[in-house]
Amino acid sequence: MKIPYYPGCTLKTKAKDFEDSAIAAARVLGIEMEELPRWNCCGTVYSLSSDDLIHQLAPIRNLIRAKEQESDRLVTLCSMCYNTLKRANEFFLADEEKRERIKRYLDDEIPYEGDVRVVQLLELLRDEVSMDAIKEAVKKPLTGLKVAPYYGCMLLRPASIGIDDVERPTVMEDVLRALGADVIDDPYKTECCGAYQTVSQKDVVATCAHSILTSAQGNGAEVIALSCPLCDFNLDNRQKEVQERFNGFHPMPVLYFTQLMAIAFGLDPSVCRFELSYNDPVPLLKSKGLIE
Amino acid sequence: MSREMETKALIVGGGVAGIQAALDIADGGYQVILVERTPSIGGHMVQLSEVFPTLDCPQCILTPKMVMCGQHPNIDIKAYCEIESVTGEVGNFTVKIRHKATYVDWDACTGCGQCEQKCPTKAPSEFNRELAFGPRKAIYSPFAQAVPNKRVIDADHCLKLTKDKCGVCAKVCPTQAIRYDMEDWIEEVKVGAIIVATGYELYKKENLTEYASDPDVIDGLEFERILCPSGPTAGVIKRPSDGKEPLDIVFVQCAGSRDPDKHFPYCSRVCCMYCCKMAMLYKHAVPDGQAYIFYIDVRTDGKMYEEFYQRGVEEDRIVYLRGKVSKIFRQGEKIVVFGMDTLTGKRVEVEADLVVLAMAMIPNPAGEKVKKILNLKTDEFGFITESHAKLHPVETGIDGIFVAGTAQAPKDIPETVAQAGGAASKVLSLFSGYERNKACA
Ligand SMILES: Cc1cc2nc3c(=O)[nH]c(=O)nc-3n(C[C@H](O)[C@H](O)[C@H](O)COP(=O)(O)OP(=O)(O)OC[C@H]3O[C@@H](n4cnc5c(N)ncnc54)[C@H](O)[C@@H]3O)c2cc1C
Ligand code: SF4
Ligand code: SF4
Repeated sequence: MKIPYYPGCTLKTKAKDFEDSAIAAARVLGIEMEELPRWNCCGTVYSLSSDDLIHQLAPIRNLIRAKEQESDRLVTLCSMCYNTLKRANEFFLADEEKRERIKRYLDDEIPYEGDVRVVQLLELLRDEVSMDAIKEAVKKPLTGLKVAPYYGCMLLRPASIGIDDVERPTVMEDVLRALGADVIDDPYKTECCGAYQTVSQKDVVATCAHSILTSAQGNGAEVIALSCPLCDFNLDNRQKEVQERFNGFHPMPVLYFTQLMAIAFGLDPSVCRFELSYNDPVPLLKSKGLIE
Repeated sequence: MSREMETKALIVGGGVAGIQAALDIADGGYQVILVERTPSIGGHMVQLSEVFPTLDCPQCILTPKMVMCGQHPNIDIKAYCEIESVTGEVGNFTVKIRHKATYVDWDACTGCGQCEQKCPTKAPSEFNRELAFGPRKAIYSPFAQAVPNKRVIDADHCLKLTKDKCGVCAKVCPTQAIRYDMEDWIEEVKVGAIIVATGYELYKKENLTEYASDPDVIDGLEFERILCPSGPTAGVIKRPSDGKEPLDIVFVQCAGSRDPDKHFPYCSRVCCMYCCKMAMLYKHAVPDGQAYIFYIDVRTDGKMYEEFYQRGVEEDRIVYLRGKVSKIFRQGEKIVVFGMDTLTGKRVEVEADLVVLAMAMIPNPAGEKVKKILNLKTDEFGFITESHAKLHPVETGIDGIFVAGTAQAPKDIPETVAQAGGAASKVLSLFSGYERNKACA
C-alpha cells in the first residue's frame, strides 16, 4: 500500500530517528510512506495566532498537496502534526461560511473540499494492517522488555479527532504487545508532558516529566514508548533537569514506538538512529539480547 | 359505560413504588397483581443501609410493608415473573405473565433454607451487588427478609442443572419441593389498569473511562451494602481489594450525571443526599477516618435535607471540594484521585483507600421490554414520559396505564412513595367511578 506521508519539521531534524525507523518498519508491513514532494509547516506555530482563519491555511495547503498525489489520505507520524492537520480539516468541514473564505484565500490551489483524511501511523496499523500482521512480521520478539506507552495529549484530544479512547487508549499497547513486549499499564500515560513550557519554564516540565517517569518506573517500566517529538524532548532530554531537581531519580530511555518495531522486525539498528537519544537505550536493548 | 370493567390492577415492579401502590389499591378494596422479576419484592430500597434524612433502616421501615403485601388478601405477588404480552384497553387488558422456572415448587417450599445451607455452590449475589464479600448459593433467596420467602435455583451455576451432578438440595429438602425439570410457564390474567414501576439502575462505572476499573473504586449501591449493618461485612467498613478499613474515602458526585457532552445532561437528584449520608455513616463507623466529597453543587432542597447536609459538614467534618474529578487510578496501595478545588483554584490530589462514585441513575434496563410491550413513550434516556409534566404526573399517554417511581425520573423515596400513592389513587377512582356508574344505572 502506498500512502502520501507528511513529515513536518522536527522529523527532519531532531526526530530523524522517528522518521527513519517508521519508514523502514512500515515497509516491512507493506506500507510505502511516500513523502509529499512539497510541503510546508503543519501550522502548529500559526495556531498561536488569534485569528481562527489564517492559521488553517498552512495545514489545508498540506492536505491539498496530498490531493495532488491523487490520494484521499495523508499519514503523519508526529502527534502534533497529526493534531494540527486533522483539526484544520475538521474546522474546514464544519463551517460553510469559513470554508468559503478559506477557499478564497487558496484560489491558487486545486479545488479542495475537505476530502483528505489525516491518519496517524498507529491508526493505520490498527485499522488496515492488523495486530496479527504485525505479529507475523516479528523476527525478534521484545520478550521481557518492560515498556510503558505514553500518549500525551495530541493523539487523543479533542475527542472528536482522537485516534482512540481519550481517557483509556489501548492502540499503542496493542502494537507493543504484538511485538512481544511486556506492556506496563501506566495511569500517567495521558497526563501532560509540559509541552511548550519547556521553552521558558523548565521547572514545570521537569515536574511533569518526573511524575510521568517515576510512575512508569514504579509500575516496573524500563523504557517509555511514544509518538511525539515534543513529548520525547520533555521526557528524554529534560531528564537532565529532573535529575538536578529530584534526588534519587534514575534516568531511563525513551523511544519512539517505531524504533521498537524496527528492532522487533529484525531491521538493522542503524535505522533507529539511537545516537539521537539523550538517554542511550543501547545498553538496555543489549541486555535483553535485542541488539548486538 | 356499557362494557364490563375488570376492577383488578396489575403493577409491574415490586420496588417501594410498586409496594406502596399495591397497598393503597388493595386497602381501597380492589385486587392487585404485583409482578416482580427478581425472587423478592423490595427493589433497591432494601439494599440500602440507612436512609436519609432520618437515618432509619429500610429493614425497619420497608420490610413491614413488604410483609403486609405478602399477607394482604387483595394482593397476589407474582415474584420471579415477567410480562410477556399485553392486549386490550383500559378496563380490559389481557396480560400474559411468564413464570420463570424457579426449580422449586413454591407451594411446597416452606422457606426453611436447609437447601441453601447445604448447597456447595457459590455465585455472586445480585443483592450484594456482586461484591466479593457476599456471595450467595446456587439455590438461594436474595436476602433474609425476602417476600415471598421461597428459594430459586440459579440455573447458570447449579451443578445439577449444568453438569447433572450434586442434587444435594433435593435430598435435604424436608418437603420434597425441588423440581430440577421445571420449565417456564405462562399464565394469562385480566386486569383493568396497569401501573409501571420498574425503577432504576446505576449507569455502569466502566463508562467513565477516566476512572480506573479497580475493586476499590465502587458505586453507591456497592457502598450501601458495605455500610449495611446486616450486609455482607456485617456493617464493618472494609474495602473490596484486601478487606482493610479505609481511612481516607473519596465520594465523587455527578459521575455521569450533568455531563451532556459525554453522558447524561440530567441531575440524578439523590446523590448529593446519599453521598452526605454515606460519608456520615462512614464517620460513625470509622471515627478516625476522613471523608472527602467532590461536587458540582450541593442540592439539598427537600424537607430537612439542608439541615442534614449542615450536620454532615459541622459534626462529621466531611470535607467538601467543589470541582470535578479528572482521573482516578491505583498507585500501589492507594487510589489516587486528581481533582480541582474551584473555590481556591488549586489542583487537588487525594490518596484515598476507597473511592465511591455516585453513578447516574438510569431507567432499569430490565424494564425496557415492558415499555415496548405497552408502547409507552419515553424521553431520550428511557424514562417514561408522563402525559403532562405538571398536571398529569402519573398518567402515561395510554388510558389506564400509570407510572410511579424512578421509572419516570430519578427521585428519592419520599417522592417515590408520594407518586405511587398518586398512581394508586388514579386507579382507585377509575375502578370506583365505574362501580358507582354501574350502581346508578
Ligand atoms: C446509592 C443510593 C442510595 C440511596 N439512598 C437513599 C436514601 O437514603 N433515601 C432516599 O429517600 N432515597 C435513596 N435512594 C433512592 C432510592 O433508592 C429510590 O428512590 C427508590 O429505591 C426508588 O424505588 P422504585 O420502586 O422507583 O425503584 P426500584 O427500587 O428500582 O424498584 C423497581 C423494581 O422493579 C423491578 N423490575 C424491573 N424491571 C421489571 C420487569 N420487567 N418486570 C418486573 N419487575 C421489574 C425491579 O426488580 C425492582 O424490584 C438511594 C439511591 C441510591 C442509588
Ligand atoms: S429446603 Fe425445601 S422447603 Fe426448605 S427452603 Fe429449600 S426448597 Fe424450600
Ligand atoms: S443441585 Fe444445584 S442448587 Fe441444589 S445443592 Fe446442588 S448445586 Fe446447589
